[in-house]
Amino acid sequence: MSESDEIVLDSTRRLFDDLFPRDEASRRDETAWPAQAWASVEELGLPLALLSEDQGGFGLSAETLAGIMALAGEAALPLPLAETMIATRLLGVSGIEAPQGPLSIAPAPSGGRIQATREGAGLRLSGVLPRVPWGAQAAGIVLVADTAEGPCLALLRPADYRVSAGKNLAGEPRDDVALDGAIDGAFVRPGDCAARDLKALGAAFRAMAMAGSIGRVLAMSVAYANERVQFGRPIGKFQAIQQNLAIVAGQAAASAGAAAIAAEAVSGRGGRLAMAAAKLRTGEAAGIVASIAHQVHGAIGCTHEHSLHIHTRRLWSWRDEFGNEAEWSRELGEHVVGLGADGLWPFVTSL
Amino acid sequence: MLTFPPPPETTSAIETLRREVRDFLAVELKDRKPMDRARTWTGFDADFSRKMGERGWIAMTWPKRYGGHERSALERYVVMEEMLAAGAPVAAHWISDRQSGPLLLKVGTEAQREAILPKIARGECFFAIGMSEPDSGSDLAATRTRATPVEGGFRVNGTKVWTTEAHQCHYMILFCRTGTQEDRKGGTSQFLVDLKTPGITIRPILDVAGEHHFNEIVLEDVFLPQSALVGKLGDGWDQVMGELAFERSGPERFLSSFVLLTELIRELGPDASDEAKAVIGRLTGHLMTLRYLSRSVAGLLQKGENPALHAAVVKDLGALYEQAMPDVVRQLVGIEPSLTSGNDLSEVLGYITLTAPSFSLRGGTREILRGIIARGLGLR
Ligand SMILES: Cc1cc2nc3c(=O)[nH]c(=O)nc-3n(C[C@H](O)[C@H](O)[C@H](O)COP(=O)(O)OP(=O)(O)OC[C@H]3O[C@@H](n4cnc5c(N)ncnc54)[C@H](O)[C@@H]3O)c2cc1C
Repeated sequence: MSESDEIVLDSTRRLFDDLFPRDEASRRDETAWPAQAWASVEELGLPLALLSEDQGGFGLSAETLAGIMALAGEAALPLPLAETMIATRLLGVSGIEAPQGPLSIAPAPSGGRIQATREGAGLRLSGVLPRVPWGAQAAGIVLVADTAEGPCLALLRPADYRVSAGKNLAGEPRDDVALDGAIDGAFVRPGDCAARDLKALGAAFRAMAMAGSIGRVLAMSVAYANERVQFGRPIGKFQAIQQNLAIVAGQAAASAGAAAIAAEAVSGRGGRLAMAAAKLRTGEAAGIVASIAHQVHGAIGCTHEHSLHIHTRRLWSWRDEFGNEAEWSRELGEHVVGLGADGLWPFVTSL
Repeated sequence: MLTFPPPPETTSAIETLRREVRDFLAVELKDRKPMDRARTWTGFDADFSRKMGERGWIAMTWPKRYGGHERSALERYVVMEEMLAAGAPVAAHWISDRQSGPLLLKVGTEAQREAILPKIARGECFFAIGMSEPDSGSDLAATRTRATPVEGGFRVNGTKVWTTEAHQCHYMILFCRTGTQEDRKGGTSQFLVDLKTPGITIRPILDVAGEHHFNEIVLEDVFLPQSALVGKLGDGWDQVMGELAFERSGPERFLSSFVLLTELIRELGPDASDEAKAVIGRLTGHLMTLRYLSRSVAGLLQKGENPALHAAVVKDLGALYEQAMPDVVRQLVGIEPSLTSGNDLSEVLGYITLTAPSFSLRGGTREILRGIIARGLGLR
């Protein structure tokens, strides 16, 4: 890792610790938008991080990208950092100027829930985008919609939609966004490959954040096991607890590996299928880890007071966002089955 | 916590090497059936090992003066994973290349290195691991086989078990007691044992499939010269722990049943159901992740670090992945496991079903690995 990347990670860590201290995690207000915190994150330049250096970004290495998102997961960062990074990058690639402020993303929902027709250079849209992260807070939403002429990327500005608020299990805003109108051609780009991958990018970023969150849950569980005394000794001295926490450590390692694969894919190596692999692997780990962590923590871990749920509720949400394990497994499997038995190994080693 | 650094970058030299290995295997394994491919690092074929030696694919990272090729750990990794994925019979030299040779390179005497290492590199010298005993399995420090000092060397008495392929090997690295029984770890040493030495009896132990690959080795008043001592007297435990990092870290810990996955894909065909696709995709995602972690460990070895903890994690994850595979296959395809059905998938399934239990025993049991991981976490 380069020195400048280390500086980025270091200042990110300090900022997140500062904004969202770990020991106060359970006392967070999940209802208010933390405007001040977002301003600090913007000030550090993180939303632009995925852009190349001449576009005003950091030109991040894959390792550092994974590092930043892991820190966001560890901090349970209640901000649309991933969404803004993705949106900023897609807008940059498309040559549409990104609005100031937090942004969100909305892959084309399945089942024809959005009607999209080209109107000259523009786009006419109607329907509802379900569960858009921080939809109400966003200064703009990058949408990919399917039209008769192929996928189309559009920047929606707040005047283009109506929002009805919702939340995921972790209390993060997941808002329904209703559309009924025309989007000017200046904010519309007919599809290229980058556009099709909006959902995969979302999945890749959730995978990276899950890996960070899982790392934190492991650390919390180990600390608790060393501290909580029953039968005259710390419960971590019992072999059953040790073996369970070793399982968590294994799942944490697998998640970190999968997150690294995701980060490399975002940086251009591996593409959508690598992102699929990352999401299905971390999603599976999330469930195993959350369940063992709660078991180790006993009743106190079931309380609102304890901050374990800050992470486990996110894990239970994130594994389903931007496609769950079954969905991504199916897509990856379809590709592999198509390659045939003797295509599997060349495929795996090409990544 | 435990971090897995990004694996070393692949280079064009590495991709060239990969192509060379694939071309070689395409010819060599042309007529090898899936059932035989399933025995890869358990498939003993001295001729094949010699050919690999000729190619320079054994002892790849060792110094040239001992017959090695001074290539990187990643290059070695590429050769290993290609061999395993193709189902090449690499058992004969696997242990010498993976752990016995490196042990001698690290702590052996100059005479031992000069006598043995070039032969290993040529694919002509095979090693067995003499660690386990009837009363000393996971508790390796309980070893009772004893080497007693005598004029000019040692006299050894005791019994080793589960000694893989000893009946076809030239040497064994013997782990045994040289000090008191109370000095559990400090009282142990390692020896280089020529398996033709008088007083050694090797008897077959058949496995659940009725096959002979492991053995019982009885040592009765076996004389070993002073020059057979490997490393320092009393350093046996530390040396063996170093060896286990090599034993646990390789891609054989998740590629043993790769053939089962490819045969499953072949059976399903391009029109597999959505359910089947999801299963294949899940296994592929797990495989990609394991391979990433395992390559990361290869990078750590390259840097001269001792990734014992990383290796324990990868081995445990690999065993979980591989042991789940037979169940996945039988639920997806209505097929019975059988070694004699004549159907490729059914035979591979049969073989993996019978061998899968050993994946979380050999090289350290699941519970022992998790104990090591727990210690790494600061719980013990
Ligand atoms: C196919 C195969 C090939 C092998 N090849 C070799 C070889 O070439 N050379 C060699 O030296 N050995 C070899 N082994 C032996 C292998 O190393 C041992 O099987 C292994 O170390 C476990 O020892 P054991 O079988 O005596 O089981 P035991 O140690 O008796 O264990 C039995 C069960 O008890 C559990 N257990 C033991 N201690 C604890 C503890 N402290 N806490 C919790 N649970 C515990 C174990 O995890 C296991 O589940 C081979 C084994 C197999 C299956």
